[in-house]
Amino acid sequence: MASVTANAPAASGYIYYRHTLPVRIMHWINVVALTVLLMSGLSIFNAHPALYWGKSSYTGAPPLLEMRTVDRGDLGYKGVTKVLGHEYDTTGVFGLSKQADGRLAARGFPWWATIPDNQWLSLARSWHFFFAWLLLINGLFYVAYSAATRHLFRDLAPDRNDWRSFGRSIIDHLRFRHPTGEAAKRYNVLQKLAYLAVIFVLVPLVILMGIAMSPWMNTVAPGWVDFFGGRQSARTIHFIAAWLLVAFVVIHVFEVVISGLWNHLRSMITGRYRIRTEAHHG
Amino acid sequence: MDDVRSARRRFLTRALGAAGTLALGGCERLSQTEWFPKALSVGQTASSAVAHAVTSRKSMAQEFTEADRSPTFRSNGTAEPDTDEYRALSAKAFADYRLEVGGLVEKPVSLSLAELRALPSRTQITRHDCVEGWSAIAKWKGARLSALLETVQPKPDARFVVFYCADPMKEDGTDFYYESIDFDDAFHPQTILAYDLNDAGLPVANGAPIRLRVERQLGYKHAKYVMRIELVESFAGIEGGKGGYWEDQGYQWFAGI
Repeated sequence: MASVTANAPAASGYIYYRHTLPVRIMHWINVVALTVLLMSGLSIFNAHPALYWGKSSYTGAPPLLEMRTVDRGDLGYKGVTKVLGHEYDTTGVFGLSKQADGRLAARGFPWWATIPDNQWLSLARSWHFFFAWLLLINGLFYVAYSAATRHLFRDLAPDRNDWRSFGRSIIDHLRFRHPTGEAAKRYNVLQKLAYLAVIFVLVPLVILMGIAMSPWMNTVAPGWVDFFGGRQSARTIHFIAAWLLVAFVVIHVFEVVISGLWNHLRSMITGRYRIRTEAHHG
Repeated sequence: MDDVRSARRRFLTRALGAAGTLALGGCERLSQTEWFPKALSVGQTASSAVAHAVTSRKSMAQEFTEADRSPTFRSNGTAEPDTDEYRALSAKAFADYRLEVGGLVEKPVSLSLAELRALPSRTQITRHDCVEGWSAIAKWKGARLSALLETVQPKPDARFVVFYCADPMKEDGTDFYYESIDFDDAFHPQTILAYDLNDAGLPVANGAPIRLRVERQLGYKHAKYVMRIELVESFAGIEGGKGGYWEDQGYQWFAGI
């Protein structure tokens, strides 16, 4: 959110310059990087579709999550997902699904969710590590830029009024009510907290847990990964944090859609956001 | 005004749809090209450079307690080399086994299992991290590779240690597994030629009679069924030229990430 430009008020309001060019570019780099990271990550997960808690996978305790194909003899195969001891038939999606060529395959996530779409671990790792660097460098630039331009303090840090409107904001969100007019220029408190949580908690966590899986990086200070429960716990946290990012994106896109898809999309492409005045709203 | 806006919307809808389809189909097509995976591997080159920059050459892998050991240490890769030569060795409990050490060395040697056991050893409880994602913890005892290398005296131009294994990777009995490490890893205190696993002789499933342990790297680096060690200046002329069986299939030579 930047400054108001001196546009002449249009019939339904006026145009407001909401996102600066660097923020727009970094936003779309994130879209690409997070998409590739999720899908190549699922491809890597498919090489061993199970998650554990602890220093190793084989501690005597069963996996927290496991996807596998079960051979039922004459009844054919089925895909099974076991989560915290509960078993679900997930044939067609998890554990057993059709490949792009129509053949059934024993695999964790289905082909359409992974990059590459076949089970090619070395290439999935190449995709993943390249875009991990892109996300990291983009993120560092973003934080530096936001701090330098005060975007971080001016637009993202909640102020006293935000905290006071916390309850009101929750109710507004649940009723799908969105501010109009001047109030639409500012992020609401839940929005600010969601962005801050992603920028300063989830993304750093997912990167750190990725690093924790590297045996070489474990030697920086032997045992540091045990602070997170051990290497296999780090892998599980990495997986959960990735899905929390997906949850954020789902809610983010949902909010964008219900509060003016085209207006928001345009503002993230050209920077220009239309402020509608109360009288014309409806 | 409204026409312009709806035209813009149509354009955006189509652009988004097309971008999505192109992106997914494009990823697959890009994966099939020669240049794209090469370009992507820049990421792993950067990871390797940073990993080396933030650690010392002798940084130590974490060691664990007896209680951390996995109930059983699962087999990875080959579980039993399918050759007559290996079966003959295994049938006699490796009494006829000789480890050949040569290449760019002053004093090539051929060692029996008993001679290997007589070399300075190290015992360590470490975590084995497979590139697939799983980990297992076990206790290993073996001859320090550094002690062996000091006996054979590497020539000044030797830069890598190559391990040739007894397990063929193809069903027709060809394409034997091999791996290579640099001198930082070769002389690292935790790098051993393991002959014991969890206080007993190394089982066939885990690489009997000798498996390399190179604890700062992923499992595929830990060559099993080691028959011959060669010191070389470069591995460019060996097999696929990438320094290891999996490296020749596209995996990174530096397996620390």
